[in-house]
Amino acid sequence: METLNNLFLIIAAAIRSLFADPHSVWANLTMDVINFIIVVVIIVLAALILILLERKIAGWTSQRTGPNRLGPRGWFQTIADALKLMGKEDITPAGADKFIFKVAPMIVFSLPMMTLAVIPYGNGMAPINLDLGIFYFLAISAISTVAFLMAGWGSNNKYSLLGGMRAVAQMISYEIPLLFSLLGVVMITQSFNLGTIVEAQKTIPFIILQPLAFVIYIIAGLAEVNRAPFDLVEADQEVVAGPFTEYTGLRWGLFFLGEYGNMTAVSALAATVFLGGWQGPMFLPGWVWFWLKVGIIIFFMMWVRWTFPRIRVDHLMHLAWKVLLPLSILNIFLTGFGIYIYRFVMGG
Amino acid sequence: MAVENTQELLLNMGPQHPSMHGVFRMVVNLEGETVTKIDPKLGYLHRGLEKLAESRTYSQFIPYTDRLDYLASPHNNWAYVQTVEKLMGVEIPERAEYLRVIFGELARIASHQVMIASTALDIAGWTAWSYAFRDRERILDMYEMTAGSRLTVNIMRIGGISAEPPAEFWPALKAFLDDTPEMLEEYYGIFLGNEITQGRLKNIGILSKELAENLSITGPVLRASGVNYDVRKAAPYSIYDRFDFNVPVRTGCDSYDRTLIRMDEIVESIKIIKQAVRDIPEGPIMAKVPKVIKPPVGEVYHRVENPKGELGFYIVSDGTTKPSRVRIRPGTFINIQMLPIVALGWKIQDVVAIFATLDAVLGEVDK
Repeated sequence: METLNNLFLIIAAAIRSLFADPHSVWANLTMDVINFIIVVVIIVLAALILILLERKIAGWTSQRTGPNRLGPRGWFQTIADALKLMGKEDITPAGADKFIFKVAPMIVFSLPMMTLAVIPYGNGMAPINLDLGIFYFLAISAISTVAFLMAGWGSNNKYSLLGGMRAVAQMISYEIPLLFSLLGVVMITQSFNLGTIVEAQKTIPFIILQPLAFVIYIIAGLAEVNRAPFDLVEADQEVVAGPFTEYTGLRWGLFFLGEYGNMTAVSALAATVFLGGWQGPMFLPGWVWFWLKVGIIIFFMMWVRWTFPRIRVDHLMHLAWKVLLPLSILNIFLTGFGIYIYRFVMGG
Repeated sequence: MAVENTQELLLNMGPQHPSMHGVFRMVVNLEGETVTKIDPKLGYLHRGLEKLAESRTYSQFIPYTDRLDYLASPHNNWAYVQTVEKLMGVEIPERAEYLRVIFGELARIASHQVMIASTALDIAGWTAWSYAFRDRERILDMYEMTAGSRLTVNIMRIGGISAEPPAEFWPALKAFLDDTPEMLEEYYGIFLGNEITQGRLKNIGILSKELAENLSITGPVLRASGVNYDVRKAAPYSIYDRFDFNVPVRTGCDSYDRTLIRMDEIVESIKIIKQAVRDIPEGPIMAKVPKVIKPPVGEVYHRVENPKGELGFYIVSDGTTKPSRVRIRPGTFINIQMLPIVALGWKIQDVVAIFATLDAVLGEVDK
């Protein structure tokens, strides 16, 4: 079990030992490249699995079958769809701002790569162990707003523009409660480092200490990754496909990958900060626990998407500024009081 | 910042737009997300049905009426054949009348289910959409058993009804009627009872009683604005005077009540069908009508309560086998007038929802 638990660390050590000096610049560089590839593989695999899972869950929720033609129980459907996307003609609209139009999907896709790089997937298994982990994560994920606006503006399409403007309004509003909801945990652990935060949850996950923060995080997280009921950015009944309207083929596929990558990243952060990350009873390796927890949160997000209708623009703003923001500030106060009482009782 | 440099966004929605039902098109002026002007454009599905009727015999035109409001095709057949029967003075057998009522009310339920489904879909309630379509499937199966087709049923004939329902029809109908309360509860649970839905529909798109009457709005849209008017009660046709049923009226005047009133009407339709199944006599299903239909010279107007509004046919006969002039009064074509007036000042999301609650079918609007 110990071997299985540290499987990836052992592999990493084995690769390093191939070099004369296991901590030379070249060894570090090789490891960085391998880590990078692993993160990309995680995103692509996650997207492949999640798209199929989403369609299956959609089917189950609405009493349909979902894809079931290709491969056993339709498991190869996404691969076929991805191949089809590659064969599509790549169209850039004549009136588009070509540079912005082409750069936007790349930015959207690169963001989850950057955010997923700081997540500890197991004990000591963070590709990059940053001391400012949470801070970095939130700063990077906020950039996606710019990418959506670039796509919306660059397409030179009215629907895209409406969608892009919605993205800005929505994501900036939800950035704040999202950030504040994580502050309570940071106050308790006195650290921005995700590894330290997971270590601190050895006995008790923070969802028990910070239930309100968890709820706020999940709601704001749904809005942050544009999932229903907050999918106003790509609301097809109103703005056709929002910023993605003019995209075709692989460029559109990159948006899709980025979207599912973002969803994985937000769920991974929730699992790390609130559900104890890779901590869990020892009958399963830590990294399995981690992905189980991520899976549960993703399942919840999909369940919500196929159950709730879409919220209205002004209700969305109302919820962010008048409900979630005060609640998250209240949570910070309560956490502060709690810490003082705890210290007083413990005699610290 | 110079305010005078701003300009309204002119947005063209449709005819190919995800939330436009059929090929409706509207040109919308937007101030931010708020709608300041709506210009509906019709006619993308115009097939000239009224003109086509002039070169078809009376019987040949029945399948064309299927293509009016294709979500409730038995009603269109019914309105047309009754008009011709009125012109010819044909009495049709009792059993045919009862079967017509059963199929008409089934069509009303199916049509309202589609309305609930599409309204849910227009505010992104995907699951409610598939629930309603799942249940509508059972009605289509019953059509198929009897008439052979599922959407454009073409079930009525001048003088009666085309086919006797097969033996398996009656158990299927009974099972469907028994399951209805549960199915309505499901729609309510996943869609209309949801807080987000209520936020999206309640107090949105107020169609006042006065405005509704002045625009000659009919059907559930009118009744959701607090006017108790239903052709089945106001000018009973067929055998509707024999059944005990209520006309649901709601006074909310908003999108939510326009949706909810469809649920009420499904309950009433179930009541009517149950009574019809109980009372239906044995007997022939076709009256004795001549092979070649030649109504006497004259003109006639007849109207029925279509699920979406009042549907009327005006036929002028010159004594030959083909009508001299047919004029169709479609419910939704007239109901759609309210859209540019009522939807002003709302967000574009609300306009989509208001349009959905109108339950327009473009086959009927464009004829």
